[in-house]
Amino acid sequence: MDIELTSEEREMLDGEHGEATRLAMRILTRVSPMYGAKSLLSVTMAHIDGCIYEGVAGLEFAERLAGSGGAVRVPTSLNVISLDRHRWQSHGLNPAYADHARRLGEAYLAMGATPSFTCAPYQTSNAPIFGEQIAWSESNAVAFANSIIGARTNRYGDYLDISCALTGRAPAAGLHLDEHRLGTHHLRLRNVPIALQERDDFYPVLGYLIGDLVTNGVPVVSGLDHRPTDDQLKAMAAAIATSGAVALFHLVGVTPEAATIATAFGGQKPAVTIEVDAGMLRQSRRMLTTATDSNVDVVAFGSPHCSLEECRTIAHLVEGYQAQANVTVYITTSQAVRSIMARNGLLERLERFGANVTADTCIVVSPLISRKSGVLMTNSAKYAHYGPGIIGMQSVFGTTSDCVRSAIEGRITLEEGPWAA
Amino acid sequence: MGSLTWRGQGRPVISGSTAATALWANEPLSFWGGVDPETGLVIDQRHPLAGERLAGKVLVIPTGRGSCSASGVFLESVRNRTAPAAVIVSQVDPIIGLGAVLAEELLSVTVPVLLVTTEDFDHISTGDHVSINHDGSFEVSSVCFASYTG
Repeated sequence: MDIELTSEEREMLDGEHGEATRLAMRILTRVSPMYGAKSLLSVTMAHIDGCIYEGVAGLEFAERLAGSGGAVRVPTSLNVISLDRHRWQSHGLNPAYADHARRLGEAYLAMGATPSFTCAPYQTSNAPIFGEQIAWSESNAVAFANSIIGARTNRYGDYLDISCALTGRAPAAGLHLDEHRLGTHHLRLRNVPIALQERDDFYPVLGYLIGDLVTNGVPVVSGLDHRPTDDQLKAMAAAIATSGAVALFHLVGVTPEAATIATAFGGQKPAVTIEVDAGMLRQSRRMLTTATDSNVDVVAFGSPHCSLEECRTIAHLVEGYQAQANVTVYITTSQAVRSIMARNGLLERLERFGANVTADTCIVVSPLISRKSGVLMTNSAKYAHYGPGIIGMQSVFGTTSDCVRSAIEGRITLEEGPWAA
Repeated sequence: MGSLTWRGQGRPVISGSTAATALWANEPLSFWGGVDPETGLVIDQRHPLAGERLAGKVLVIPTGRGSCSASGVFLESVRNRTAPAAVIVSQVDPIIGLGAVLAEELLSVTVPVLLVTTEDFDHISTGDHVSINHDGSFEVSSVCFASYTG
């Protein structure tokens, strides 16, 4: 093994901290060289994606760790799981599947993880701060933590995430280190109208385009005239991590490691410069829509999980209206946000409209939508991207207000505005 | 009909020996959303290997791709016996490497993963017989037809 270990790490590997920690350290030390690490570093928190149900092997692993006394060494939040723990029966889930999905979540809770069950942990009390070394998984959360907050993590997939949580360590490599956080590609916005930049569908489209253009580097975007909100940045991070494997991007003048273009590139010249114009953005937006007529069967909000603010916006737009009976509306969020809405009256307003407000899960990781045809309309680039594949429906991408109007009218309604050219 | 043999030396990411038929594509593959772990079928319709069954084959791709769940799906496919017999890549890939480490540690099944040069990578074609040794050396036997149209 070519990884240098401290005496405490060696003890973990030798089983002196229990069998679960030994197995976790064994996996971590075998995989770390593949990331280019020569040693490990300490992390202060973890976010686990392995709680999404993929099959029996993942369940056996989690139950084996929990059964042998596994306990997380750092505060650990959980990603979405594959069912809404309180409402799965009304979603028509197969009971055997639901049982496995529920047991998987419980195994992680038994190891001391918090029942956050959200893909937007950065909008909860589990959020890291600037410069913090963390071990996160879930591509959108990794992109947000690195880019918007300036915390440091690589994408830790199944089941390296729980291995980091049980040991409190991660490979000392990649985005944990200064030298890998500098920009590689410069994307210059040119003649992109401010009216376009102000729309709520602009940031997911921008992210989707850049993920597609850059795939694996650290893109730096300059030329924004508009100051994005946290929710707009969230939509962008999710989109960039969907079309590409981008885990860190910088927005000049907006994100914390990019006060100027020079800072973002560490004073070096970018290896690649790409001019981004409205035409490229239009084409990227078109790629998110695969449906060809005006039928709509499902309208979905919440990938990443809707924040309280996003739910408030939807509640405001639906006031006094009802969704057509043949359109199913999903708002996917966390139990934390749903509980607040149950107390402040927002939930009642959304349900009166006809929305199913789910917690803990989403339509990509749970078979909430049992149909394998029809049209899904959404304001999420991630839902739109996975519509035709994993969800099994053709997709239409629009603004939040387009989605609400389409649910009310029972047919696709898109307000093109400045997208029309 | 005759056969040509190419010998190469790779770096074992996961060391092991096996011999099987190659499935080659010059396009990264994501196991999550790209491979059905129940059947081992490549379900990513945009991938050149779409519709192929990975079970028992030597999968030859530049690298793995994608999501945080891909290594979990790889592990499921090993448990379901639908996984490839070995994987050859031309770029280090922590996702497939992680999946193969998990298979060895949790299921005691070795799926050798070999890192090769792009030159060696280009000497392998779908249908070739590939044998891989513990030390990373490997042998590719191509069957040549008089009028090859593939």
